[in-house]
Amino acid sequence: MLNKEFKLKIGLAEMLKGGVIMDVTNPEQAKIAEDAGAVAVMALERIPADIRAYGGVARMSSPKMIRDIQAVVSIPVMAKCRIGHFAEAQVLQTLGIDFIDESEVLTPADDFNHVWKHSFKVPFVCGCRNLGEALRRIAEGAAMIRTKGEAGSGNIVEAVRHMRTVTSEMKKVQSLDDHEVVAFAKNIGAPVELVQYVRESGKLPVPNFSAGGIATPADASLMMQLGAETVFVGSGIFKSSDPANRAKAIVDATTHFEDADAVCKASEALGDAMPGLEIGSIPEDELLQKRGW
Amino acid sequence: MAVIGILALQGDFEKHALMIQKLGHETVFVKDQIALNKCDRLIIPGGESTTFLKLIDRLNLRKVLIDFGAAKPVFGTCAGLIILAKEVINDNFKPLGLIDIEVSRNAYGRQIDSFIDDVNLDFNGAKESYEAIFIRAPKIIKCFEGVRHLACHMDDIVMAANKNILVASFHPELTDDLKIHDFFINHFAREGQ
Repeated sequence: MLNKEFKLKIGLAEMLKGGVIMDVTNPEQAKIAEDAGAVAVMALERIPADIRAYGGVARMSSPKMIRDIQAVVSIPVMAKCRIGHFAEAQVLQTLGIDFIDESEVLTPADDFNHVWKHSFKVPFVCGCRNLGEALRRIAEGAAMIRTKGEAGSGNIVEAVRHMRTVTSEMKKVQSLDDHEVVAFAKNIGAPVELVQYVRESGKLPVPNFSAGGIATPADASLMMQLGAETVFVGSGIFKSSDPANRAKAIVDATTHFEDADAVCKASEALGDAMPGLEIGSIPEDELLQKRGW
Repeated sequence: MAVIGILALQGDFEKHALMIQKLGHETVFVKDQIALNKCDRLIIPGGESTTFLKLIDRLNLRKVLIDFGAAKPVFGTCAGLIILAKEVINDNFKPLGLIDIEVSRNAYGRQIDSFIDDVNLDFNGAKESYEAIFIRAPKIIKCFEGVRHLACHMDDIVMAANKNILVASFHPELTDDLKIHDFFINHFAREGQ
């Protein structure tokens, strides 16, 4: 699976490690993110908290707003396409987007099929809630995996659940004997060869990032300590009372995620975090993480 | 056994660590001056150069890195090359200026323009072909006096060095070939050279 194209895709994901990727909706926010030390920005029309509030069908961002953001920053620019919407992905590739997020935050275009990502030159990131889902997306060509969490909730509990599920299933895979591998792969709905890869290397074949509910420096530190290699912050920055300082603080806490003094320092003198949502208060059919499979 | 520091503010520092460990040396992830003081040599990895420089300044590491580079060998790959350069022509930030080269960021374009291709290595007395990985890579636009050319890709210089500083616009740490790391640790900037 490590052909040249795939190596290049994973290579860019490697460059983003240890950093923070921030959702932005206009050039001013993109600049704030870059100045704060973001390693990439995700260009989207509305941040997840607003998508949730606004309702309706959420689609790929307009090419104009993507170009406007590409024009003002030198760090990589990512953008989202709807699950299964390969035509949106083709447009994003034409725009020279550096990474496409086939994202459950947008309204899915296909109930059954995700994009066959191997046929694109641009790398993709996809969300997952467990190891089976992660390996299915990697089989389709995802060069980076992230937890889904619950986007726009400001609540870290789902990202933690998804990260812990992936890592505990990886530990389980490593304890399998030869005879158990195929049955395990069947049960989690993942290709046998990818399960074998995890069993032998103890790692996913692509970098593993975290998204969905990160709102504070300590949230970022928590996800990094749980094994995330980079964090995505969606609504957490531009729904807070002081985006520029919060953005910086989350970057600092991610760099020094193991150093509680540094995370403490980053957490001081920040205004209010975004208001959060209790997951139980979100109606079942409005949970974004249930989109895709 | 040498102690090789890797600047670990962000980027693919773990990939460099794996290479160094395979070569039998100790690695230290550097996020502050205390860690830097333990190192015989330093690597500045690939990553986002804008992020590196923001963090270097926020953590007051600029002067200590410049002092380190004046005294001990430093190797920069991709973003690391940008950080070590004298000048970046298409960005308004100020790199460390430890090697007298002028560079252009993302000179080949965006991620869809990233590529893998053979480059010609010319160092350590050997001339050979080497498969190099370029990701949103910078270009060395100009090399001033005292800078040696160690590899080229078509007409571009892709690896260069002065007395203490080694830079590559590609990513040897993403390959399985230990040659360039071995050169940096065991042969580069040794006494009598």
